[in-house]
Amino acid sequence: MAVKKFVTGNFYDEAVLFPAVKKVRRAGYKIHDVFTPFPIHGLDKAMGLRDTSLHTAGFIYGITGTATAVGFITWALTVDWQINFGGKPFFALPAWIPITFELTVLFAAVGMVLTFCYLCQLAPFVRKDHFNLRSTDDTFVMALECTDKTNDAEAMGFLQSIGASEVQVQYKETGWWLGRYDKETKRFGLKEEAVH
Amino acid sequence: MTLREKFIVPKRYNAIAITLMVIGALAIIGLYVTHGAKDDAHKQARFWGSLLQNSVYFLLVVNAAMFFICATTLAWGGWQMAFRRVSEAISTCVPVIGIIAAVILLSICFGNNHELYHWTDTEHVKHDPILNFKKGFLNKNFFAGWTIFTIVAWSVLGWKIRKLSRSIDDKPLTIEQGKKYVWNNTVWAAIFIVIFSLTVMSSIPWLWLMSIDAHWYSTMYSWYTFASTFVGGLALITLFVVFLKNNNYLELVNEEHLHDLGKFIFAFSIFWTYLWFSQFMLIWYANIPEETTYFKPRAQGIYSGIFWLMFMINFLAPLLLLMRRGAKRNYSTMTFMCLLMIFGHWLDFFQMVFPGPSPDHVPVLLWDFGVALGFVGLIMFVTGRALSRAPLIAKNHPFIKESVIHHT
Repeated sequence: MAVKKFVTGNFYDEAVLFPAVKKVRRAGYKIHDVFTPFPIHGLDKAMGLRDTSLHTAGFIYGITGTATAVGFITWALTVDWQINFGGKPFFALPAWIPITFELTVLFAAVGMVLTFCYLCQLAPFVRKDHFNLRSTDDTFVMALECTDKTNDAEAMGFLQSIGASEVQVQYKETGWWLGRYDKETKRFGLKEEAVH
Repeated sequence: MTLREKFIVPKRYNAIAITLMVIGALAIIGLYVTHGAKDDAHKQARFWGSLLQNSVYFLLVVNAAMFFICATTLAWGGWQMAFRRVSEAISTCVPVIGIIAAVILLSICFGNNHELYHWTDTEHVKHDPILNFKKGFLNKNFFAGWTIFTIVAWSVLGWKIRKLSRSIDDKPLTIEQGKKYVWNNTVWAAIFIVIFSLTVMSSIPWLWLMSIDAHWYSTMYSWYTFASTFVGGLALITLFVVFLKNNNYLELVNEEHLHDLGKFIFAFSIFWTYLWFSQFMLIWYANIPEETTYFKPRAQGIYSGIFWLMFMINFLAPLLLLMRRGAKRNYSTMTFMCLLMIFGHWLDFFQMVFPGPSPDHVPVLLWDFGVALGFVGLIMFVTGRALSRAPLIAKNHPFIKESVIHHT
């Protein structure tokens, strides 16, 4: 993955962050992301992010669970090993509904958690880098992605003018980071040149 | 932004409401002439059954609007404040429909026709060990007393909660007063919920509906009835909210509130199915004759068409059509689904009531539609009147800001 250049700034207040996001977008800078210690309602809309597809994934997982349960039980109890339970028909659908429901929920839940982890690039032993460690504690960190045409100084000044503090330029590798760090990798905002 | 607080009832609205009420009255008269006035006890039961089904269903639906207010109050919810007055207005129908329902229920209970409520036939009960055993609960005096107590309690508590809501319309509260006000609301809502759980969630469906099949019983029945009417109540609230939005009222309500109402309808439709299925499956599994008598005419007999249609409308339709986020935020989809839900649960009540008095043939639904339209007109009329009497927004409520900035 390519190493990119970012300008980051800290915000301490939602009331400052929201107008700032608006101004940054109007000024034409590209927001890489805004990192917050907790979910902020409406921020996704303000940043212009599209709706997540996690729901669709969840629906597909759920349907898979339903099909698995109904398919397997049908095969097992009507074809492979017929058992007479209290004179009920072999194809005793009402009795299978609880299991079907449970498998639907199980598939949907586990599938969605794994998908969520994949989308957020989270996995055991994956080392995550931060633009600013305080984004896990008490501040909102906005990262602007710099393109060839971005003037660093101008972007930094702009961020400061809309209420950001600790404004700095950072180089970061984006994307899926599994196994991408070796011992010499410099982390947590140390300077490094951009590679294109 | 100036808010249009005063709802003026459009002339056409009242004209439609009165037309519907006239249709309802004509249907009742027609049903009386063709069935109620006949000597045949079965035909009379058809008349009373239709009145019972419609009055009880619509009474429980409008009462669910007050339950919605109390439940959200107890949960310290703020999002519903923007349209709280709408559900308050719907709940003003409780005394009106309550009186109608009480008259109908007491007439059936004390009348000479025992086709609907077998247990009212005292001679028969003497020779019927099961009904004789249940006599302590299923008797005319308890039925009448509890019915009147219930309807009076709903009406009085609803009136009290509406009055509390109106009491701060002209005086903004300080923070201390606000805390006291919220606490006051919480206490009254809690009292309502207790009464509600003693009635709608337990005894009332046993008495009013389950006693039609007096030999049979199910512990799921009351919850199932409650879920049915709560979905209906939520759908009714949503319809009025959409209606007012279309007429440029309720400026503070937006898609976010509609989305949450949609979630409620979706969730309680699933909850209804859960109860419906739990009741069905245990009886299906055990296969004991005294329990299966209830489902025999419904699931496999001549009512099976209505039974499965009702299941599709009340479960599959919301499951598939309301699942997507966009559907719950779309005014047209929500309106369609709400109408469908009110119809579906009405059909549910139809199959709860009629297999009892009429196990051999399905009554023609047309009469019942007419009676239902009458009740719809009545709800429209009373709710419209109540909406025009109170400001549409509870603007001094401490939680109103939560509703304005609400975001799902």
